[in-house]
Amino acid sequence: MRSKVSQANQMRSYYWYAIPGVGAFLTLVGGSFAYNIYLSFNDWQGIGTPAWVGLKNYKELLHDHTFWISFLHAIEFIFAMSLAPTAMGLIIGALIYDFIAKHFGNTVSTFLRVSLYVPQIIALPVVGILWSWLLSPNVGAINTILRKIGLGNLALNWLGQSSTAMFALSIMMIWIQLGYTIVIFISGMSRLDPYLDEAAQLDGATWFQRFKIITIPQLFPEISVVLLTTTVAALKVFGPVYVMTNGGPGDATQVPAFFSYFNFFSTLKVGYGASIATVLAGLLTILAIGLLRFQRKMGQLR
Amino acid sequence: MSVRRKRGVAPYVVLVGLVFMALVWLFPMYVAFINSFKPEKEFIQNGVLALPHHWDLSKFGKFWSEVDFTKKLMNSIQVSLCVAIIGVVLSFLTAYAIGIGRVKGRIWILGFFMVAFTIPQEALIYPLYSVSKMLNLYDNIWSIIIIFGVISTGFGTYLLSSVLTTFPEELLEAARIDGASPWRILRSIVLPLLRPTLFVLATMFFIFTWNEFLIPLVMLPSNNNQTVTLSMAVTAGQFTSDPTARAAAALIGFMPSVIFFLIFQRTLMRGITLGAVK
Repeated sequence: MRSKVSQANQMRSYYWYAIPGVGAFLTLVGGSFAYNIYLSFNDWQGIGTPAWVGLKNYKELLHDHTFWISFLHAIEFIFAMSLAPTAMGLIIGALIYDFIAKHFGNTVSTFLRVSLYVPQIIALPVVGILWSWLLSPNVGAINTILRKIGLGNLALNWLGQSSTAMFALSIMMIWIQLGYTIVIFISGMSRLDPYLDEAAQLDGATWFQRFKIITIPQLFPEISVVLLTTTVAALKVFGPVYVMTNGGPGDATQVPAFFSYFNFFSTLKVGYGASIATVLAGLLTILAIGLLRFQRKMGQLR
Repeated sequence: MSVRRKRGVAPYVVLVGLVFMALVWLFPMYVAFINSFKPEKEFIQNGVLALPHHWDLSKFGKFWSEVDFTKKLMNSIQVSLCVAIIGVVLSFLTAYAIGIGRVKGRIWILGFFMVAFTIPQEALIYPLYSVSKMLNLYDNIWSIIIIFGVISTGFGTYLLSSVLTTFPEELLEAARIDGASPWRILRSIVLPLLRPTLFVLATMFFIFTWNEFLIPLVMLPSNNNQTVTLSMAVTAGQFTSDPTARAAAALIGFMPSVIFFLIFQRTLMRGITLGAVK
């Protein structure tokens, strides 16, 4: 009896361990976010007292062309940072796992994985500097190659004109993201039971059939985690835009994160910037909860 | 092994294709590398793709002293190291309460951390900026150490909790029957077994923090306090006229990350996959 009571006491004392982390997190992240929401209902230039304006900032957003365009670009980045790398990562990961590792050994497969992963570890602003250098119109490496292989009329001012700036950034994003998806999917494949695959092979299924029917469904947990994290990253893009284009030319590469930063610190429309950030945060939260639910539901179905 | 008996052509086609792709992926780093050693005259003559005839090291020294890179490196190391330590300690304690202590409401705590993980830094930055000004922590390296240390706790707690919920129950039960206090269990049972995972997490925090941009950009305006990543981004514009100097700047900017990655490659890969599959 006594030991039960003391054990219950002991279990309760575990709460103390959560206090520093939860407390600090609630104060800093929770507090800041709450303050940001409050600011979004105000007009404020950063000095003096904020003036309460209710929903005015949000109403303004609805009619702001730049705001809508910035979200359109965020959706384009979901393609370049999430969907395309996921599809490519599945195929390339499976090729490395099924062909390279089995026939040519671990050294070759590690070389491939590491080479494709390297862009992931470089800070995004530094990647931006590297790529704006590669893309520079006259002396840049990319245009030099295009001219050398006879595609001189494709040697454009990629970042300098609105029609190609998003495309150039998207190519760079695929270059950055692919390694992440490959690494996750390969580690997922190594967890799978080879029995199913071998059985299908004996039944004469082609590699692509096995990939489609056996590998992909079993990788569902990895796929949903990758889709979630990369989509969140796509909606948060800031550094490369800041370094490479400043949202331009015009609004050609404007994204929500940069647009809110611009309102905070360049035009000093703090309340307006806060409302953009709040909308972005709301969207990300809905997306995350939705994907997690979907994942759980699919988990139950299997 | 049994697959080895018949190779056919297909694996070779795949190999050639993937090796080509890997080279394309490494190409940007390669061009930056050769051009940072190329004298400007050769660049104008032979273009961006030619190998340098004469390897010129002077640009590094110039760039290094111009941006006071030693100072930036020290700042980055200090920030990333402190964040790694603070983040791991806070995450471990919280995850201990959740995973081992199984405190009531743990699902809510985890859910809260999960949701908070998706909040963009833009939705925190202005409050952080104005409060740090009020507290006289603005333009102080410790402001971003505290901020990132605490923000890291979200991801860290989530990851460590899922690791700790699979902790062998017998070990804990035996210790509890022997009357070990929670602190004692933490120190002599959980911590020693979890040390490798904590190291993985610390490595991840280190590199995440190293690469952070928005918050340092807002919080650390003065040159002396800047981190490597931040100083790269804000000084890049100064080198637009000389393409080889820009290559050298990019190379210096990503070398620390690449070196760190090559040293800790295994650790990091473990961490990335640990984070993905609970």
